[in-house]
Amino acid sequence: MNSAAVEIQGLTKDYASGFWRKRMRRSLDHLTLQVEEGEVFGFLGPNGAGKTTTIKLLTGLIFPTAGTARIRGRSIDDVRMHREIGFLPEQPYFYDYLTGRELLDYYARFFGYSASERRERVTRFLQLVGLASAADTQLRKFSKGMLQRAGIAQAILHDPRVIFLDEPMSGLDPVGRREVRDIIHELKNLGRTVFFSTHILSDAEMLCDRVAVLVDGKLRGVGAPGEVVSMEIQGMEILFETIHPEALPLSFAGRTTHIGSRFRVEVPEPQLYDSLEQLRRCEARILSVTPIRPKLEDYFFGLVDRGNPVGHPEEVSAR
Amino acid sequence: MSTTVASMERSFPRAVSGVVAVNTFREAVRDRILYNLIFFALVMIGAAILVGQISIGIERLVIVNLGLSAISIFGLIMAIFIGVSLVSKEIEKRTLYSLLAKPIRRWEFLVGRYGGLLLTLLVNTSLMTLGLAGALFYVSRHFERGDASILFAVYFILLQLALVTALALFFSCFSTPVLSTLYTVGIYVVGIFATDIRDFGQVTKNPAMQVMTRVIYYLLPNFHNFNIISAASHGEAIPFSLIWQNTLYAALYVVVILIAASAVFSGRDLK
Repeated sequence: MNSAAVEIQGLTKDYASGFWRKRMRRSLDHLTLQVEEGEVFGFLGPNGAGKTTTIKLLTGLIFPTAGTARIRGRSIDDVRMHREIGFLPEQPYFYDYLTGRELLDYYARFFGYSASERRERVTRFLQLVGLASAADTQLRKFSKGMLQRAGIAQAILHDPRVIFLDEPMSGLDPVGRREVRDIIHELKNLGRTVFFSTHILSDAEMLCDRVAVLVDGKLRGVGAPGEVVSMEIQGMEILFETIHPEALPLSFAGRTTHIGSRFRVEVPEPQLYDSLEQLRRCEARILSVTPIRPKLEDYFFGLVDRGNPVGHPEEVSAR
Repeated sequence: MSTTVASMERSFPRAVSGVVAVNTFREAVRDRILYNLIFFALVMIGAAILVGQISIGIERLVIVNLGLSAISIFGLIMAIFIGVSLVSKEIEKRTLYSLLAKPIRRWEFLVGRYGGLLLTLLVNTSLMTLGLAGALFYVSRHFERGDASILFAVYFILLQLALVTALALFFSCFSTPVLSTLYTVGIYVVGIFATDIRDFGQVTKNPAMQVMTRVIYYLLPNFHNFNIISAASHGEAIPFSLIWQNTLYAALYVVVILIAASAVFSGRDLK
């Protein structure tokens, strides 16, 4: 199949509001975008930017005011398109009276698998997302992280070619986030297309071939993460412990914060090795060294303030 | 990850509504909806013992009347209160998001939810009918030919429940559970008095009123003809024409309401 995984052409969504539903609020404004087969594509933007609206339009949960979209060549209003996609909603919630195994078996039935095939698949995907031990526990007893894992399992259970994940890392602890990243990597290795929305720049940087930035329903840029979003390091944070705080170098004065028994200091990146050497000399124990990056929120605020696109969506959408 | 879409398309039967229906039934069972049977059993046991003691030759009448009325009321409560949340609950809890991303059309989902509740009502009503038969046997020690009319009365109650469930589902597609309950109960009550409303219109001299009552009579479901509890408790034979007329009427009405519900729901944004 030559067609792109996702082709979006002028997709627009207006919501009626007010008592008489006469006022219209534009949630997505003429989005044109193309995602290639096998790409991991990140959808970035602040809250209310239109990320979820886009994903809901592509999965057929809401209907466009204008524009069209095709997934692997099929229009989004064609029910056969749904065989090709998997979808993890934001903060997913499922039938809490079912067990993890029953939930996946229920969803698998929509794809016409035989009973033995369903059993095999359900067991395999429960294992993949780390829910094998909770397979026979009712979902009402699941934690938020477990629900997220169940949500990922149901999204990929039928081997979809294109997988939409709406904020897949939200509500997960660091271990859970790493596991989700591993799953996305695995899907990419299998040649699947993954389209996911996120607030977290480092996730996008680690996972995505390309990202799109959406602000106020408008596409502000598409490209490789480094091209679109400035990821430059603003400094280094060193966390350390010392029993001789009085021996700390003078250059640390005014930059050091005391947190319990630990100290935190921010230094410019070029001074990192000198600072570490000075800390070694006063017998400090280094706990961590972390690069300081701009927060996504700061980046988006900057975008909104500048009012300029960060790239040229028209050029990129021609891919 | 090897099954291709093409092979799935060949082997996949369009039975997705059935999958939803079975899950809806399972939901009702796990939510302990069928516990209402315990209450029904207590009512029937209490009535049987009481009637057995006062025995003045009307045991059968009392038990059948009470049993059928209880079957009808319990069924109506279930049909309305579960029916109005059939769709809205799935939207509110966002369980519908994952489901509608699967290859299922919205009307198939609606038919499945409807079928699932109907199955629940069928099982519930059948078990209550067995309870009624037990109580009847306890007080009269035998079954007679006229008892067959009880089964027709139960059948008519089921037809009524099918209609009420369809109405509740229709409102559930675009309204809140509270408002949907009000609309459904309102239409049910007006439907019971449909014939009276039409006759009332005829005796007035106001042509506008006559037209309005006639429109109500023809537009809203007429539940009056489904109530044969009194005839059944007296063991009267039920004319065959009434059976097929009621069956056809209910079936047509349900189909029309489900089509309307599908039309409304198919265009609805799930925000």
